[in-house]
Amino acid sequence: MSKIIDFRTDPSKYRHWRVEYAGEVATLYMDVDENAGLFEGYQLKLNSYDLGVDIELNDVVQRMRFEHPEVKVVVMKSGKDKVFCAGANIRMLGGASHAHKVNFCKFTNETRNTFEAAEADSGQRYMAAIKGACAGGGYELALACNYIMLTDDSSSNVSLPEVPLLAVLPGTGGLTRVTDKRKVRRDLADVFCSVEEGVKGKRAVDWRLVDEAVPNSKFDAVVTERAQEFAAGMTAKASSGIALGPLARSISENGSVAYSLVEAQVDRTSRRVTITLHGPDRPVPASTEALVAEGDQSWMLRLAREFEDLILHLRLNELEVGLWSFRTQGDPEAVLAHEAFLLANKDHWLANEILHYWKRTMKRVDVTSRSIATLVEHGSCFAGPLAELIWAGDRSYMMEDEFEGDNRPLAAIRLSEGNFGAYPMGNDITRLQTRFLAEPEHVEALKTQIGETLEADSARELGLVTYAFDDIDWEDEIRIFMEERVSFSPDAMTGMEANLRFAGPETMETRIFGRLTAWQNWIFIRPNATGPDGALQRYGTGVRGDYSMQRV
Amino acid sequence: MLDLINVSYDTLIPNNVGLSTDKRVLKALEKWHPGYINWWNDLIPDNFQKSLVYLRTAVSVDPKGWAKFDYVKMPEYRWGILLAPQVEGRTIPCGEHAGQPAWQEVPGEYRNMLKRLIVIQGDTEPASVEQQRFLGRTAPSLYDMRNLFQVNVEEGRHLWAMVYLLHKYFGADGREEADDLLLRQSGSDEAPRMLGAFNEETPDWLSFFMFTYFTDRDGKMQLESLAQSGFDPLSRTCRFMLTEEAHHMFVGETGVGRTIERTCQIMAENGIDDPYDIEKIRSFGVIDLPTIQKKLNLHYTLSLDLFGQEVSTNAANAFNSGVKGRYMESRIDDDHKLTNATYPVWDMVDGKLVRHEVPALTAINMRLRDDYSRDAAGGVGRWNKIIEKAGIAFEMKLPHEAFNRKIGVFANHTFNPEGNHISVAEFDKGVDEWLPNKADGDYIQSLMNPVYEPGVYASWIAPPKVGIDNKPGDFEYVKLHMA
Repeated sequence: MSKIIDFRTDPSKYRHWRVEYAGEVATLYMDVDENAGLFEGYQLKLNSYDLGVDIELNDVVQRMRFEHPEVKVVVMKSGKDKVFCAGANIRMLGGASHAHKVNFCKFTNETRNTFEAAEADSGQRYMAAIKGACAGGGYELALACNYIMLTDDSSSNVSLPEVPLLAVLPGTGGLTRVTDKRKVRRDLADVFCSVEEGVKGKRAVDWRLVDEAVPNSKFDAVVTERAQEFAAGMTAKASSGIALGPLARSISENGSVAYSLVEAQVDRTSRRVTITLHGPDRPVPASTEALVAEGDQSWMLRLAREFEDLILHLRLNELEVGLWSFRTQGDPEAVLAHEAFLLANKDHWLANEILHYWKRTMKRVDVTSRSIATLVEHGSCFAGPLAELIWAGDRSYMMEDEFEGDNRPLAAIRLSEGNFGAYPMGNDITRLQTRFLAEPEHVEALKTQIGETLEADSARELGLVTYAFDDIDWEDEIRIFMEERVSFSPDAMTGMEANLRFAGPETMETRIFGRLTAWQNWIFIRPNATGPDGALQRYGTGVRGDYSMQRV
Repeated sequence: MLDLINVSYDTLIPNNVGLSTDKRVLKALEKWHPGYINWWNDLIPDNFQKSLVYLRTAVSVDPKGWAKFDYVKMPEYRWGILLAPQVEGRTIPCGEHAGQPAWQEVPGEYRNMLKRLIVIQGDTEPASVEQQRFLGRTAPSLYDMRNLFQVNVEEGRHLWAMVYLLHKYFGADGREEADDLLLRQSGSDEAPRMLGAFNEETPDWLSFFMFTYFTDRDGKMQLESLAQSGFDPLSRTCRFMLTEEAHHMFVGETGVGRTIERTCQIMAENGIDDPYDIEKIRSFGVIDLPTIQKKLNLHYTLSLDLFGQEVSTNAANAFNSGVKGRYMESRIDDDHKLTNATYPVWDMVDGKLVRHEVPALTAINMRLRDDYSRDAAGGVGRWNKIIEKAGIAFEMKLPHEAFNRKIGVFANHTFNPEGNHISVAEFDKGVDEWLPNKADGDYIQSLMNPVYEPGVYASWIAPPKVGIDNKPGDFEYVKLHMA
């Protein structure tokens, strides 16, 4: 897999999806081009998908929010006759490396989460209108929609056939959403997940697998009716959005990446990347009208887009770069001013979208399987939204006192109101709450520090950074930490970090990433699934996988 | 008095590491130094601190003239930081990185392993000074007192050497560890020294000689293997420490030798042929040979325990990473990686001692211990020459390595000094003949009366053949300050 996987796309390049916009209701058709797989060696038959299909879906969901705020309901349908979606492509999975499978599942999970959350965050409800077979990843697409309609044609069904058919698990939250979101009784869920052919019609409703089964003849009409009902019950936000233009970036030979506000210095030999986020390069918009007029060029939106693209790029394309260091440079007061403007106008649709976008981007950081160190250097702007990077890191290092030959402003952290609720983690509490799980009162006390300039001694005292080092120690401590970090087993690091990052309450989201991906990733390396005689390899040959019968 | 405020480190600390331009380490050492001086002052009885002691001070790493002798008050001793000269193009001598250029900076991957080794080594240095703190009061001569203090200040310098490495290469963690080296105290309930053998008091001078001969020799072996480290600053530090360590072993070997010599002399003068006529021999105020053998048994076996488990993953990791080599690594003719090599290691099978082959990588400790035993046998041979010359039918022997062990495969089993597996009852019956008991200790203690007159020696020990720095027999090695 030497070619670079590019996450940047736009509707003119779509091969697999199309959207029909009609005022408050948009219809999203999944119509996968079977000859347009991301890699060679498989055809995307029966609306099955690979990473390329999902990259487009992610783009659709993102544009729905920013370019089409008038849309309140998105109806997900199939563009094919007999099938809604057959799930992830099995030949693709059979041929993919372990790392690719895991990254693929992570990204598809993030996309499912984001359209699931669109109702609460952006006032856009996704509903699935299922005709034909809806299997595995197909049903998981539907499960992430907040309303599921199934045509009752005595053949259309929903199913999670992964276990009986492929000896793997549904990889994008299927099991978790069946029990936690649909609240299907566990024994019925057990039956459902072990039958290849799935469940249809009234039983699917009875078992809570879908919200509604509609006679086939009336299906389209009822779907339209429902969509309009839902739309009527939701408040209007705006009549038009902004355009998300192409994202300019350059990638150099050594893997380093540069955008307008974000740069990544890649060092493949030492398996590290230094990621620098720059503070505002333009003033705070004078008004929400001005914000809209700035379109995709306002500072925080541009920063989030570039940062998100970088995260996705590095995750998939630089697998051995195991240590990410975050740094920032810029004016912290300007960062706070930009954020304050958005927070003050969070009832405005675009300000709201930008804040939520930063939240989602930070969540991508949280679930990134790389060691993350945040370096709070002189001249940095770890304030408000950017300060979240400190607590998203596995460790943080801060410069203390003046450094010889360095006349940048002293390293300092600035808290904002945003740090206390605007960017919750997947566990639904803030990074500060997660960090100080044992001392909720400390989080309260930190509120009195909002806007203060917290230099190294205060930051350390308040527990906001792991270490603070002066000129004498800085370079060596950082070097030694990084050398040590990249020498550990990457697998052990991934496991350890994922365990340590999500203290506190479990949510459906943390369960999906934690519980399910851990199990799935284990199964993915077991011979029963992926061995030469495992189910994934034998799929389609008519011969069942050769299983080791030992229970582990 | 020491000027603690305006310390001129370039003159106070002889060094060849460019301290004056290394503000990072300078600052760290400045912070650490007062604590060290306090530790030193608390340790050794006040009147000895004020006495003038004829000491050698390391001032250079030139093998021809690395030390100079002069009278100095111990707290004003110049604890230098000296590394053996850098060898151009030195490579990592062993393990998976063998042949690559030696590390001049700590490789992050092995930081913790290196730090642990340096801290353990550093912990033993001040520990022995603490163990020997009261011996000055019972010195059998000014010559011996001077040797004791020489050993003490050099152990102090070795602590400096380890602290320097911690300060220079291990940042904030290293400074914390350096502080802890002063916090732990030999025999303390609160914070004892890290290794068991270093928490026992050295109660008398024969113990001191045995300690410097046997236990410092373990230190020597550890230094030898650290001198092979791929981390060049550690290697260079240890190489220089070894030149000083040789003197400690000399103090031990000649101290025991002079004790034996005196006993043989008294036996001859008084016509005693039977070395086991203990009561009679003791009546002349010397230590009988069987008791010396018992002391030998004790100190040798305690020192063997310092080598740890025969089969050790830690030792394997340290070797394989190139952090620690074997004794004389560069002279060993093999691949220096031990990929497929094996080494015979003791084991207990069905109550019997057997030696069987295990992967050599895991037997690094065992191998070093074997090297140690060979090294320790040399001096014992020379002691026997003294006895032989006096015509006494007695031979000092290193006991079997299974005897009296608390660590490794022999722990929890009872053996006699010949290495025969015996019952606990048999052991209890024989132990008084094999290891010093309380009565032996009391007797030796009764001989520990100070002799502070130049050229005069206590009843139980012979004078040395030559003086330190070729000084005459009545040279005043210590000008006592008796308050």
